[in-house]
Formats: sequence, C-alpha cells, structure tokens
Amino acid sequence: MGEIKLMKGNEALAEAAIRAGMQAYFGYPITPQSEVIEYLAREEPKHNYVLLQAESEVAAVNMMYGAGGAGGRVLTTTSSPGFSLMQEGVSYMTCTEIPGVFANIVRGGPGLGTIQPSQGDYFQAVKGGGHGDYHVIVLVPNSVQEMADHVFLAFELADKYRIPALILSDGAIGQMMEKLELPDPVPYKPNKPWATTGKTKDRERNILTSLYIKSEDMEIKNIHLQKKFREIEANEVRFDEYKTEDAEVIITSYGLTSRVAKKAVDIGREQGIKLGLFRPITVWPFPKGRIAELASRDDIRFFISIEMSAGQMVEDIQLNVCGKKPVHFYGRMGGIVPTPQEILDTVQSHLKE
Amino acid sequence: MLQEMIFAGFGGQGVLSMGSILAYAAMKEGKDVTWYPSYGPEMRGGTANCTVNISDQPISSPVVNEYDLSIVLNLPSLKKFEPKTKKGGILIWENTIIKQKPERDDIRIYGIPAVEKASNELKNVKVMNMIMLGALVTLNQIVKIDSLMKALEDTLPERYHHLLPLNQKALELGMSLVS
Repeated sequence: MGEIKLMKGNEALAEAAIRAGMQAYFGYPITPQSEVIEYLAREEPKHNYVLLQAESEVAAVNMMYGAGGAGGRVLTTTSSPGFSLMQEGVSYMTCTEIPGVFANIVRGGPGLGTIQPSQGDYFQAVKGGGHGDYHVIVLVPNSVQEMADHVFLAFELADKYRIPALILSDGAIGQMMEKLELPDPVPYKPNKPWATTGKTKDRERNILTSLYIKSEDMEIKNIHLQKKFREIEANEVRFDEYKTEDAEVIITSYGLTSRVAKKAVDIGREQGIKLGLFRPITVWPFPKGRIAELASRDDIRFFISIEMSAGQMVEDIQLNVCGKKPVHFYGRMGGIVPTPQEILDTVQSHLKE
Repeated sequence: MLQEMIFAGFGGQGVLSMGSILAYAAMKEGKDVTWYPSYGPEMRGGTANCTVNISDQPISSPVVNEYDLSIVLNLPSLKKFEPKTKKGGILIWENTIIKQKPERDDIRIYGIPAVEKASNELKNVKVMNMIMLGALVTLNQIVKIDSLMKALEDTLPERYHHLLPLNQKALELGMSLVS
C-alpha cells in the first residue's frame, strides 16, 4: 500500500508527476494552481527534473513543444487565462504528435475573471481550444486522489497515442485537502524512436513539423489524426456510475460538482427520490455510448446536468440522449459552487412538471 | 459517523490552520477527511473559512448544506453560519471579539473568551485558535487530544517546535473552559 497523506489537489498532482517520472516542468504561476510550481521548486533539489519558470504561458507551451519533441516526459500547469494563451502551442503539438501533459485548474471567467473555482472551460477543452481539426485527451478528476492518479494515466495515454493529455480540474479540487494514497513511483523508460534527439548513422532524420504546405499532404495528415482520434474514442472512454441501476433521474456531473451531486443522490434517496449519478472521467473521449444506453431505458424520466458553468457539458449529454428523454440543466457561475440542497430543489421542481 | 464542521473568521486569525490541524489529526486516526477552504485574494483582514468533514466512511461532498458544528471568530461569520448550524448542533463563538450574542435556542451555544485568555493567561494572542480547538474536541470528541498534539508536531516546521508546549497549554485551557 502506498503512502497515506493529507494534501491539496495541486500538491498531489505535483508529487504524482515526480513519481511518474516527469523530466521537465515549464510554467508560469497563476492562482489557483501556483502550489504546483511551488511544490516542484521545493522538491527540485532532491530530484533530477528540469524546473523552469517561463516568462509567460506562451513561452511555457513552446518549451513543452521543444522538450516533448526531444522525447521528454513534460508537464505544464496553469489556470484559465493562462490556458487560453497556450492554445496555439497545443494545436501545434497535436498536429506534430508530441505528447505532453497539461493541467488547467479552472477559475471563473471569461476574461481575467475570478480566482474561485469554475467549469467554464469545458468547451475549450473538449471541442479543440486552438485552431484546426483536433482533440486532446481530457481527464476530469473529482478528488485529490484522482488528481494524483490521473497524472500517471495522462502521461501514459499521451505517450501511447503521441497526443497532449489535459487534466481539467477546478480551483476547489486544486485547493482542497483530502486523504490520499500516493501511487508508488514508476520508473519511466522512454521508447520514442520518433524523437528529435540527434540523427545517428543507422537511421533517417526524424522530422517533427506541423507545416504541410500541399493540400494533399495536409489532408493525409488530417486523415491520420482523425483515425487516431477514433481509436482513442474506441479504447479510452472512462466513466463512473452511482446508484443508476434503478434510478428514475440521472444526474450528470463531473469534477467537484459530481461530489456535491453524489451527496444530493444520497439525501434524495432518503426522501424516496430514485436518483442516480453518471460521472464522466474522460470528457474527451466522451462516454457517448453509455449515455445513449441510459437514454433508452424506460424507467428513466429525465437527465439533469449539474455544472459550474452556464451549460456546457449538457450539450454533449443532449447530443447523445438524442431527444429520447428531457435533458435539464442547473449551474452556478462566477466561482460559486452549488450545494446539495440546490441540486435537490431543482430535481424536485422538474419532477413536478 | 459523519461530522460536518465550519471554521470561520478573519484571514490571519488561524481559522484555516485550525481546520487543517484537525483534519490531519483525524486522518492519522484512520478517518476519511476533506478540508475545503474559501477565501479571497487577501492574506489578512478578509474573511476566510474552511469546511472540514470527518467520517468513518468515504466522504461524498466537501461542500455541505449545513453544519453539525460551527466555530466563528468574527461577527460576519456568526451572522452567516449561526443560521446554517444544524438543529441540535453546536455553535462555538469567540465572545471577546464578537459583541453580539447568538440568538438561536435550538442549538448548543458556547461562548469562549479565547482572545482574552490567550493574551492574559498565555501572553500570546496567536494561540487563541488552539483554545477554540481544545473546546471543540472536548465538545464533539471527534479526535483525541493526543492526536492534535501529534498533528501540530508533524505539521509545524521544526523552527517553531519551541512553541509546542504553549500550544498544548492553549488546547488544555480550551478543554477546561467547556468541561
């Protein structure tokens, strides 16, 4: 059994990155995720990784591009406005097929916004935040434990598919402390024959580029990327369910709000309302198939998506419920977290309809 | 059993550390814990609070509707959290800073002159949060007092370890005020 600790989500992410064999961290401090770079700076003398505070998020993402291209296991973390600045680099990395792990500890927006938690960056994360036809793998932890576990998973998936992987969390999960069991360190054995590490006599040059001037070449690249995205969709969907077996109402929620919703499920059931919770663990690839299956069940009356946004994931729920059931939404914005009671009140008002 | 608690006051009064020491102690006793902070950008002077949940079972939500126990160190926090204390729950308020009394009659209310006791008897106002914490664990028995001392020892940087005996005195003083 691993070491039991009481840690903030951000600290757990940082410690897990060290244990997962991270070789370089590039970042620029921003609330509410600065504990990551603070933690890594404190631990740096004991380890063998590069830690670099860039002059901006734009610089940080291009350092990810370069060091990742040289085959390094690389990490950056930021919060909403900082992740917007990084989008150009994420798009380049996706086209060039350079793996790297990103974490966006989301705060309220748009604009400079607030330092309090939000889930308002869902569209940016899952619909391709930068330009061009692309996706990155998006994991949504809902506990300090998962903040650690998902770092291992993100590195593994990023390397396996040569794609950026994003941990999409929020200021509350980043700042709160919980008990967790730290995963044991795993030695990182790089196997990246494509990396630009200097040409040797026995092989061709490795070229990493996202520039394909000829349309025919660009389309071949696009088709290749799309094939990879379909493969990820087929193999890497992850989700969790709580009391959905006999549920009449399915709450869909991810991250922090899925924790609040779980409590609402328990309180609701004490009052005789058959609630269940569907929680995506990956939001790209999205658990389309399972949502469609649930939508076909006769005993389910409706879905309701609970988010800290004006309604973003709810669109993916609607898309896959495909008109078979009503899909409702309840959200708070601006850094406000809904309470279990607010969720129950909304469910009850829809039950009366 | 699940205990849902709120610690609230001004930034700088030690409300966040009070909560984290309790959470750490409970974790060391093998319980599941969540410590959920809420504060503004300012380090001192603004309002700060943290929700601490402790349970024998896995905890679902770090965010709750109302509290089994509320501990308040300023008037805005009393106004905000007295109504959110569960019926039959406990409200602990610092009664030298807060001049206005709580009003409810369906909860157990304990006024603790922690600031006055810390300044006059222990000659260090900073340990007033430990007086409040001593009162808290005596009232709800959520962790053992030894676990709190161990938590302080584990979490305080070594350069502050000469303050451990003072903190122990403050915890004991807090215990004596409610027993």
